[in-house]
Amino acid sequence: MYFAKEVLDQCSSLRVQWEDQVRRLINRKGERKEVFSTVSDHEIKRLYTPEDISELDFERDLGFPGQFPFTRGVQSTGYRGRLWTYRMFSGMGTAKDTNERWHMLLREGQTGLSTAFDFPTLMGYDTDSPKALGECGKCGVAIDTLEDFQILVDRIPLDEVTTSMTINPPASVMWAMYCACAEQQGVSLDKIGGTIQNDMLKEFIAQKTFMLPPEASIKLISDTVEFGTKHVPRWNTISISGYHIREAGSTAVQELAFTLRDGMAYVEDVMERKGLHPDEFAPRLSFFFNSHIDFFEELCKMRAARRIWAKVMRDRYGAKNERSWWMRFHTQTAGCSLTAQQPYNNVVRTALEALSAVMGGTQSLHTNSLDEVWCLPTDHAVQIALRTQQIIAEETGVANTIDPLAGSYFVEKLTNEMEEQAWEYIEKIDSMGGMLAAVEQGYPQMEIADAAYKYQQQVESGERVMVGVNKYVTEEAEECPILDIDEAVEQSQLQRLNEIKRKRDDKAVKRALDEVRTACKKGDNVMPPCIEAVKALATEQEICDVYREVYGEYQDPGLF
Amino acid sequence: MADKTLRILVAKPGLDGHDRGARILARAFRDAGFEVVYTGCHQTPEQIVNAALQEDVDCVGLSCLSGAHKALFPKVVDLLREQGADDIVVVGGGIIPKQDMPYLRERGVQEIFTPGTPLEDIISWVKTNVSPRDEL
Repeated sequence: MYFAKEVLDQCSSLRVQWEDQVRRLINRKGERKEVFSTVSDHEIKRLYTPEDISELDFERDLGFPGQFPFTRGVQSTGYRGRLWTYRMFSGMGTAKDTNERWHMLLREGQTGLSTAFDFPTLMGYDTDSPKALGECGKCGVAIDTLEDFQILVDRIPLDEVTTSMTINPPASVMWAMYCACAEQQGVSLDKIGGTIQNDMLKEFIAQKTFMLPPEASIKLISDTVEFGTKHVPRWNTISISGYHIREAGSTAVQELAFTLRDGMAYVEDVMERKGLHPDEFAPRLSFFFNSHIDFFEELCKMRAARRIWAKVMRDRYGAKNERSWWMRFHTQTAGCSLTAQQPYNNVVRTALEALSAVMGGTQSLHTNSLDEVWCLPTDHAVQIALRTQQIIAEETGVANTIDPLAGSYFVEKLTNEMEEQAWEYIEKIDSMGGMLAAVEQGYPQMEIADAAYKYQQQVESGERVMVGVNKYVTEEAEECPILDIDEAVEQSQLQRLNEIKRKRDDKAVKRALDEVRTACKKGDNVMPPCIEAVKALATEQEICDVYREVYGEYQDPGLF
Repeated sequence: MADKTLRILVAKPGLDGHDRGARILARAFRDAGFEVVYTGCHQTPEQIVNAALQEDVDCVGLSCLSGAHKALFPKVVDLLREQGADDIVVVGGGIIPKQDMPYLRERGVQEIFTPGTPLEDIISWVKTNVSPRDEL
């Protein structure tokens, strides 16, 4: 019992009196709304009291930071030991452009790198593919060969700085390039640290950057997990992502449930396919959440996430190592919460979303720039976004104590409710035969589509306020500077790619690609031949074409 | 005229997978009484134009958030013209900076709807500016 019986009795009788008082006032004046709810439509009560958390068991549900169930954080010293990593997601134009942006960010106090690739790179196409029309360097950096990658990490000490890469279907190829660059810098694979996103389930569910069918996609993911476990021990082999699920319009609970169930699917596949015990690989699974605008809902989601994952890993999969129970996660503020109208308001939104993520105990954070509804961010906009984190961390005092909102009647109740609702989803997906089966039936996709449509209707009706969009609208259009990616980027990238294709040893490329093909056909791990292929200057698309040839391609079913 | 239902193709040209807006619009058009065809992500301009002709639509709505709109939207317009179907109205939306709008209009995209545009506004624009192409 969290509270003594007499406290609850006292609370109950005082509540009855207060409710009378409330009724009298409401009869006279009413309230602002009939129903108050979070941005995800979760109804919020007028007041929370000890009665709402009378069932809370301190040791079982909260405990201490760094102790099971990790509701209060995975590190026993929280942010007092180490602040979260300032990790700005960035990439644009050529590898050289992006390398310059990275060095600027490191000079300004960023503490980790995060790579945004352009769409052809994300989808496994080279710049010279007809499919790449108009996309080169537009929403991230264009990488075709190892030579591009070498320029990307030029003067970045790969044994000191950790790098995250938002790459999914071709994760094995980009990671192979990173490994090859580290070797060339004289850094052994056990010294490099970073993350590949490498989460295909959320692509089928939400983000739609897919290449191979689901089953083959998961096989490649398990290959990378196995390779990391054996050779790259400091690498986070998957960043199991809720971010995109949320951006696609899900509720907070859907994000929580689908993300964790995706993570469970990977654990199951690695155990079955590779015969590894969770304790061998689970400590290197990481997560990635969205921090939307509803302050309490987001931080409660993150606290609930840690608690669910700890239980799942210990009780469902039999992990014994504490680190297997840890949910470590990166957070990004919600792109979809930003507005094209009055873009400077986005600085405020991002700051509040970042604060919520910090209250939720994130390990690293990306803050969106004010101009991202219009374009990739300018240097100045990125700097403000980075400063937002630094101000929260180093001026406000919120990082002085661990999980400061714990014990709030409201925060604990909302954390509990979100956990309960997430379990309902998880159990439903279990009953469908697991996440792969659920995805093949379009279940999470349609749940999200329904939520997204409902949200939009609430914005349309004005029930959901978006400042500057459906309330407090100004006639004057407020403009912010726009970053334009020059069309010359594509030309210079094409020229370089052609030169590399001319100068490389074609026979060696063909041999290396044959090795990749053999590994795919035999079901062997693709990482070793992949590393050899990128060293031979095979292009990203040439390797991905082998994957497509062996495994087939996935087409969007176009559900709406 | 009024008794023929408008047919709209909602399409995502290029490699961008951000389909939240496109799918919401597809639903909103359907709820507004239009016949809707949604071709899903990762369509080339050629595929979009083929679908538009096969499905005999009156309007094509293109959504792109990757920054490739300047290459892709005009290409759809040009291919429709080559097929003698330049009476199909082409509109677009997504992450499109204001500075790119004059160029897109010049190249035959009739309207650009930027983020935050109410669904109602888009639907009423279509009702006002698109009419069935049955008398060919």
